[in-house]
Amino acid sequence: MEALRIEPTDDSPLVVLDRENNLFEISGKSLPENVVQFYRPVTEWLTAYQKDPGPETVFTFKLIYFNTASSKMILDILMLLEEMAEAGHEVTVRWMSLTSDEDMQEAGKEYEEMVDLPFEHHTYEFE
Amino acid sequence: MTMTYSGNNSGFINYIYDRYRDLTIRDICLVFEGRITHQVMKALTGLMEEQMEEMKEKRTLRRVYHVMVESLQNINRHAETFENDGYPYPGRGVVLVTRDEGHYRITTGNIIETSNVEEISLFLGRLNNMDPAGLDELYMRQMRDGVISAKGGAGLGFIDVRRKTAHPLDYDFIQVDKDTSFFIFTATISRQESWKH
Repeated sequence: MEALRIEPTDDSPLVVLDRENNLFEISGKSLPENVVQFYRPVTEWLTAYQKDPGPETVFTFKLIYFNTASSKMILDILMLLEEMAEAGHEVTVRWMSLTSDEDMQEAGKEYEEMVDLPFEHHTYEFE
Repeated sequence: MTMTYSGNNSGFINYIYDRYRDLTIRDICLVFEGRITHQVMKALTGLMEEQMEEMKEKRTLRRVYHVMVESLQNINRHAETFENDGYPYPGRGVVLVTRDEGHYRITTGNIIETSNVEEISLFLGRLNNMDPAGLDELYMRQMRDGVISAKGGAGLGFIDVRRKTAHPLDYDFIQVDKDTSFFIFTATISRQESWKH
């Protein structure tokens, strides 16, 4: 299936969804004017990927900022991943936060509480 | 040196100088009145980031930035059109960021329909009376059960602003006429507070 790549802007994140190279990542800032419109290709891609996923999906979130409307879309993405896991596929969420950003680390723990998926929490020093 | 202003304009100069003095004495970091478009929201939050980066208040900066994004997006989505000399002003409002030794305060003001006053007032009052665990639970429930509205909001902004500020939300309403009211809202953030209340 064709890879999806959305280049980052000052209000929207980099999105890489690439089955062939086993890369699944959303990183950067997320406060687009229209979250539904921005994330629609992402959820559509994942809905298609669900039907025939790779042997092991590690989905990386490396966000430095997201607004509340985006938080809802992130949950939608996690719920699609959860459906894959429920169907017996191996899925892991890698949640990356800046060491200094406790709010981002806390957000990762909240999402972990909300969906039934294994989470790896990582911190990094610099952007 | 050329005198640019004639004597006739001294009232205007005094007016500008008074505003300038007022803003600097009160330590107002940012003030804006006008239509809060998405671009304006980005510009204002960017300005604030720039000011605060110089001061190395990383944690406080993140919170001030977030509260500004959410408050400005509220105005962008919910401020009601009102007429002034025949001109409609959708998404228009006033934003003020002030600081003192211990706090940053983000204040917004905008016109809403009077019929919405009670609902907003009850909701904000309820948020003020909730403890951190209750707020976390409400946020997660709303994220799970809520839907993105036609206006693009998820109904999460106020909850998260309350969650991320250790202080109660300040709010008031001034009735403008029968149908419209002015909604004024202030979120207070302690400087370099710990990340959880």
